[in-house]
Amino acid sequence: MTMDMFKRVPVREQDPKVRATNFNEVCLGYNKEEAEAEAQRCLNCKKPFCVQGCPVSINIPGFIAKLKDGDVEGAYNVISESSALPAICGRVCPQETQCEGKCVRGIKGEAVSIGKLERYVADTAKEMGLKPQPAAEKNGKKVAVIGSGPAGLTCAGDLAKLGYDVTIFEALHKAGGVLVYGIPEFRLPKDAVVQKEIENVKSLGVKIELDCVIGKSTTIDSLLKEEGFDAVFIGSGAGLPRFMHIPGEQSLGVFSANEYLTRSNLMQAFKDESRTPIMKAKKCVVVGGGNVAMDAARTALRLGAETHIVYRRSDEELPARREEIEHAKHEGVIFNLLTNPTEIHADENGWVKSITCVKMELGEPDESGRRSPVVIPGSEFEIECDCVIMSLGTSPNPLIASTTEGLEVNRRKCIVADEATGMTSKENVYAGGDAVTGAATVILAMGAGKTAAKGIHEYLSDE
Amino acid sequence: MFRIIKKEQLAPNIYLMDVEAERIAKHALPGQFLIVRVDADGERIPLTICDYDPEKGIVQIVFQVIGGETYRMSLLEEGDSFHDMVGPLGRPSDLTELPVEELKNKKICFIAGGVGTAPVYCQLKWLKNNGVDVDCIQGARSSDLIILEDEMAAVSSLHVCTDDGSKGIKGNVCVALQQLIDEGHSFDRVVAIGPMIMMKFVCQLTKELGIETIVSMNPIMVDGTGMCGACRLTVGSEVKFACVDGPEFDGHQVNFDEAMKRMTLYKTEEGRLYLQAKEGDSHHGGCGMCD
Repeated sequence: MTMDMFKRVPVREQDPKVRATNFNEVCLGYNKEEAEAEAQRCLNCKKPFCVQGCPVSINIPGFIAKLKDGDVEGAYNVISESSALPAICGRVCPQETQCEGKCVRGIKGEAVSIGKLERYVADTAKEMGLKPQPAAEKNGKKVAVIGSGPAGLTCAGDLAKLGYDVTIFEALHKAGGVLVYGIPEFRLPKDAVVQKEIENVKSLGVKIELDCVIGKSTTIDSLLKEEGFDAVFIGSGAGLPRFMHIPGEQSLGVFSANEYLTRSNLMQAFKDESRTPIMKAKKCVVVGGGNVAMDAARTALRLGAETHIVYRRSDEELPARREEIEHAKHEGVIFNLLTNPTEIHADENGWVKSITCVKMELGEPDESGRRSPVVIPGSEFEIECDCVIMSLGTSPNPLIASTTEGLEVNRRKCIVADEATGMTSKENVYAGGDAVTGAATVILAMGAGKTAAKGIHEYLSDE
Repeated sequence: MFRIIKKEQLAPNIYLMDVEAERIAKHALPGQFLIVRVDADGERIPLTICDYDPEKGIVQIVFQVIGGETYRMSLLEEGDSFHDMVGPLGRPSDLTELPVEELKNKKICFIAGGVGTAPVYCQLKWLKNNGVDVDCIQGARSSDLIILEDEMAAVSSLHVCTDDGSKGIKGNVCVALQQLIDEGHSFDRVVAIGPMIMMKFVCQLTKELGIETIVSMNPIMVDGTGMCGACRLTVGSEVKFACVDGPEFDGHQVNFDEAMKRMTLYKTEEGRLYLQAKEGDSHHGGCGMCD
């Protein structure tokens, strides 16, 4: 096979017209030939910048080298040294700004498709029945992990491998956190991928107690004092959805992206047989430009709505991953950029009938470095719609901080934790992920879970 | 876990269940709620806690069959288990945070409507155990819908009223409250729990009478931990989440008309699921969704 070494092996995807009507995974991934061909493009750099770009420092050239020889098991073992969730990361990590963003190949051509290779290894390992190796010996110490999202699963997996007796406490009825309630099926299949990775973490000996809200069903203090845990890791995730506080926002048909996605993903409301209802809109406006907004828009589209993204800045500033934006556009999501809603109008029964927006232009850069949008006077116009989904980010959930004495939070109400160890202001309590940083990415949460696992291990080993 | 150890039918469509749920029983306080799921495919149903026994690890729930999921709950028998039960959620009643001496000096009247009787019972019992005596008006359409009457009478000065006059005072809870006041009772706080429409009218009356009033809101919810915002309400000039900021609020500040409108969001859908669950394959029309 002759190939252009400057170009990556393209990955097969479901046709946009077809996938816009179903919830099956969009990206089909590499097969054996494609993966091995792509692996050949890795230069196996002496100083691998890609590893520096990875929040969990996977030995990327190491696993790709195994793959070049067709040794999937070897590649899987290399990845497993650093990550418990490769099938998930291969799908949802923003590789373009991390490992692939640093790839030397990317200077003159296209970066090696590291994410797709990781996914291929993880999926093939699963088919081969490979599992991560549990600890040889238990060390007799107990750690409680709050939240079964990416931070919690990673922290739990790492500690279990070190011999700790780990229990994860999950508030919802299903483990996985944002991987289950937030990210849609078409981007991250729940049964085939997420549940399988959770099973892998469990196979390391990690226990998961569902339906347990820390701060309500029990407290951190009682976990430490009464239930015999030596340390606690808080990976409780992001929090309460933000709204715009514009007139009409309480109308029927206005949802937070969290609600809309939770209904569709966690409660599987996109399936006809689900007991959980979800609004099947005719014309839906999603406000916001992040990954969550893309997920909500693409979900609404699949449920049959003409779907618009309304975002106050321009295409360049959209915070979502480029891949998600392109996917959304190909599927038919309409982007109303430099546009900001000012009022939602309802009919006589209280249902949304339209949304008034203003046109924006970009002014000077603000403190985030992005040019701040300014209203163009007299530019009001109306978009008719029956559904509005607000995707404006979240503010931290106060449940844990308000019930845990001595746990410091910052001005934004996020838990304060040391970056190098995950240690909080409270003894034996560590934290990481969105609960500390505010809404961020799956892989950053995993990195924080990993850091905290190391921090906990060092602390408990010194005792 | 979550095994039903007692089931009782209190009225034609109202059931009481005692369920094993150790963590909830240990940490529950009056005013809080929990969420149940019937089975692995079940919807998350929020219910106010009626009673709890921390020693035995048991919580009591009372529910009315109003849709597909509550109908399926009513089919569970003693020995069966709920798939999930999570709680206690929401903030406890502020009464539990006041000094008992202050409570003893307060003249409180509870108003319980329909299945709202269950959460009121929880609060009355807690107050009684703390030596606080209160009045309670319990209302229903007719005498057969008056539930837990003996239990309620044991923990309060109970005044029953029915719309049709088949028991107690003839008239709704507002009529009963006005009558008590006309008879010389005076109250400095009313706690009203029941259907939204009842709470709305109680609040209109107590506003005129100048009596501080607390209500317990039960809007549509998904997770119950603040994550989804489905349960948002307008209270005064602010948007509040019933699950984390409530469920109890200053009734004179709650926008009931908006809250009642928001309750209709999935109404047709719920009705369809109810008929589907009840009639199964024999379902032919009547739900408004099919021919």
